[in-house]
Amino acid sequence: MGVISRVSGPLIEATGMRGNQINEIVKVGDLTLMGEIIALERDKASIQVYEDTSGLKPGEPVEGTGMPLCVELGPGLLGSVFDGIQRPLETIRSQQGDFIARGVYVNALDRNKKWDFKATAKEGDSVVPGDVLGEVKEYSIRHRILVPIGVSGKITSLKSGKFTIEETVAEIAGKKIIMLQCAAVRNPRAYKEKKHLEPPLITGKRIVDSFFPLAKGGTASIPGPFGSGKTVNQTDLAKYADAEIVVYVGCGERGNEMTEVLMQFPQLTDPRTKRPLMERTVLVANTSNMPVAAREASIYTGITLAEYYRDMGYDVALMADSTSRWAEAMREISGRMEEMPGEEGYPAYLGKKLAEFYERAGRITCLGSDERTGSISVVGAVSPAGGDLSEPVSQATLRVTKVFWALDANLSRRRHYPAINWLKSYSLYHSELREWFEKNVAPDFGELRTRAMTLLQKEAELQNIVQLVGPDALPEKERLVLEATKMLREDFLQQNSFVEEDAYTPLPKQYLMLKTILHYFDKANAALALEMPLAKIVSIKEKEDVARLKLVPPEEVEEKAKELMKAIDCSLEVKTHSTQ
Amino acid sequence: MIKEFKSVKEIFGPLIFVERVENAAYNETVQIILPNGEKKRGQVLETSKGIAAVQIFGSSAGLDTKETRIRFTGETLSVPVSDEMLGRVFNGLGEPIDGGTPITAQRKLDVNGSAINPVARAELHNFIQTGVSTIDALNTLVRGQKLPIFSASGLPHNELAVQIARQATVQGQNEQFVVVFAAMGITHSEASFFMQDFEKTGALERSVLFLNFANDPSVERLVTPRIALTTAEYLAFEHDMQVLVILTDMTNYADALREVAAARQEVPGRRGYPGYMYTDLASIYERAGQIKGKKGSVTQIPILTMPDEDITHPIPDLTGYITEGQIVLDRDLHRKDTYPPVDVLPSLSRLMNQGIGAKKTREDHAGVSQQLYAAYAEGRSLRNLVAVVGEEALGEKDRKFLAFAEAFEKKFVQQGRNENRSIEDSLELGWQLLADIPETELKRVKPEYIQKYGAKYRKQ
Repeated sequence: MGVISRVSGPLIEATGMRGNQINEIVKVGDLTLMGEIIALERDKASIQVYEDTSGLKPGEPVEGTGMPLCVELGPGLLGSVFDGIQRPLETIRSQQGDFIARGVYVNALDRNKKWDFKATAKEGDSVVPGDVLGEVKEYSIRHRILVPIGVSGKITSLKSGKFTIEETVAEIAGKKIIMLQCAAVRNPRAYKEKKHLEPPLITGKRIVDSFFPLAKGGTASIPGPFGSGKTVNQTDLAKYADAEIVVYVGCGERGNEMTEVLMQFPQLTDPRTKRPLMERTVLVANTSNMPVAAREASIYTGITLAEYYRDMGYDVALMADSTSRWAEAMREISGRMEEMPGEEGYPAYLGKKLAEFYERAGRITCLGSDERTGSISVVGAVSPAGGDLSEPVSQATLRVTKVFWALDANLSRRRHYPAINWLKSYSLYHSELREWFEKNVAPDFGELRTRAMTLLQKEAELQNIVQLVGPDALPEKERLVLEATKMLREDFLQQNSFVEEDAYTPLPKQYLMLKTILHYFDKANAALALEMPLAKIVSIKEKEDVARLKLVPPEEVEEKAKELMKAIDCSLEVKTHSTQ
Repeated sequence: MIKEFKSVKEIFGPLIFVERVENAAYNETVQIILPNGEKKRGQVLETSKGIAAVQIFGSSAGLDTKETRIRFTGETLSVPVSDEMLGRVFNGLGEPIDGGTPITAQRKLDVNGSAINPVARAELHNFIQTGVSTIDALNTLVRGQKLPIFSASGLPHNELAVQIARQATVQGQNEQFVVVFAAMGITHSEASFFMQDFEKTGALERSVLFLNFANDPSVERLVTPRIALTTAEYLAFEHDMQVLVILTDMTNYADALREVAAARQEVPGRRGYPGYMYTDLASIYERAGQIKGKKGSVTQIPILTMPDEDITHPIPDLTGYITEGQIVLDRDLHRKDTYPPVDVLPSLSRLMNQGIGAKKTREDHAGVSQQLYAAYAEGRSLRNLVAVVGEEALGEKDRKFLAFAEAFEKKFVQQGRNENRSIEDSLELGWQLLADIPETELKRVKPEYIQKYGAKYRKQ
């Protein structure tokens, strides 16, 4: 038992702590606030406290728990809302009222609920850690119960039936197995090996899937100034990405935004399973006015929950909004500990912490003998101060993430959404995934993409000239390029999340939309070469139909696009003998 | 268990270090008794065995290291609240300065409040009519939102704030807002502008004013918004009132925060502001909202002046990351004598979509707003082009957009300081302006709404 010797905001120091460990959870003061030891010097410990420290006094007791910061894992996580240290916010509300009180200890998972456990292994089987013992149905997810780490041998008892998470479902080599597990959040969970990243995480966002795709198990960052749509993009990804499980970490962001997610997700349906989105989602909400140390923990809580479902063999997507607030939490604690600051006051280990976090993403072979594959894709929002990407958090993030969706305030000011700048963004998975797209979508998909990007690049160059001399001074051929890129921007890249038909575009539809636009461009070029007047080329009525392709239901789009391309051919046909 | 010490070791700006203290509590309030008997208040910023760092509210003049006594109260900073506070004026620490009787407290509440549990928050969708077209039609404010005004020195943000305070109603219900007004570091002339306006229009009766003047100690500014918000929460959540909180000027608040951080010799972040400024500002701004099952609400309009009109300066920058949008005032419009000089292009209300549409405002609201916005943006970018190539180089269509932008600023943005436009009036005005643009260019509004509301069709 130690004693508080100093209190400075979320950081306290305690003496008499010899024997306690780094990262051990302690109960601080008479209010038994939860804290974590983050530094030790002889018998003095520095402790970050996950709750408001007002009223704490030197002399109050500090008690170690012998445990590191852990989360509870087991059936019942899906559909829940937790704070940064996995306290269930609904339960806290029913116990404490509308405002969050201090010193509350609540189990993350319901201890009384009975789950219908179906054994899939058999008594007498020899098992190793990671093997599937059985499963329970958590909404539409088959929640697999695995052999815990450190346990192996013969199953001596295993039965199906209704169990609470604390009741024994199996015995292996004399060890009782219950469904509830605890896992330390700061250590990555074990897996067999990392795999090559292959299928893309399909998001239904055209600029993402077609131009800057993210692989399942990959990492992406969305940096952008305020008002450029980070959160809207993050929630859209959470809604439509083809992950089986979504973990959404609201880290130091707005309370009202979390409310929006909480209100919307139970009502929206997953475009694939047609089940309410909330049934595949776990929310970790530590809003900006909740304690700063718990914000630091929230990212780890989120990724550990993600790893748990990954280990069952699922594709998990984790959205972290925003990692900058997490970094700021680290900076605040570091400053209070009077550590030597690095750039802009951030601790020198900022880059390391960010890299460690993103390294927990990946596509892996799970432990166990059935060689399941699971993945975690991580999308981290970054909120650079003043929108300036040269700041440390953006830079450290760009070094470790492979996809960069650059949000652009100018685009959002022009109400071009998603405001992802196509010239600045990149995806390093592009070449790896190209083969997949060509095999699974269309053989010429990669080529179309390259052509579209080249045109957009060309547009940027032409715009510089237009700024000086006006659009009419350009040669007709180049004005046609501007016409085509305008279509690419408005009819393909712009996508309205608030219009149902437009919010989610399946890959084949994306391909056909792109193909139709470029088809028009090719035919228009040919017509121009045969001296059809430009004014006529750009005013054909089929162009409006191209714009409306967005709203065509996916199942009709193939036919519609075919018709449209034919119609374009007709309208742009030049009747001379020189065309074959 | 009040303990008193005479062991001031060091006085450094707004901070006092007290030695040989027995276990002061973090954030507890202290009373400081000067050698001449004068009493001041302070708060413990850091406490360790035997020594406490105390932040003093008020000037440190007259303090010494010999006779000054520090009395630890054992309580965190709290404020007495009551619905009798309506119509009263207080200083930045919540003490009455209008010559009236002291407040009989119904409750005594911790000024720091507690975070609203995210699952207890209600979805926000009640439109607030401010009577200002640029806000109502284009950057709609909803109940429980925090929508700051980004201004700069010399711009009429105060006028706009009082106009909003005076005119704000929840549409249809004619329910008037209670205004909690917190001024931080404002001049006496600004204060008397607010006071006179509130008195003249009768708004004072339904207002609570907290005034910290420019010559008041800056540390007090750190407490003023918290006292105001504690009062606001009390009125909203215990008395079911709709409360509009106006905080001005947050720039002075942030500077006070920096001053204290510097005195504590903390590692500075950007431009010398402390690294935890985001968290600190969030602890103020996040105290807006509505709670499920409660009638009242707290809506915030913080005002800040952007140093050097730089929107990337840490104060507007961090504010923009926390608040749900921003109303940006523009010097060029002001120079052209346009009031209120709201530049709608960088302005934004994130909660707008939830508060508008059929049954809330009008079915065509979203379309009209996007169309006005797009047409004005088009006109503005043409202005740049005209500067290079001349107006003659433009086609007929482009000239119409150019003229639209001009008319938009003169008729739509511009309005009287006492002109209270209903949302219908604002939308009507929008349709009138859009009538000058070729109908084929109105791509953002549904054609059926053009038929129904378009100025051309309605005349017939």
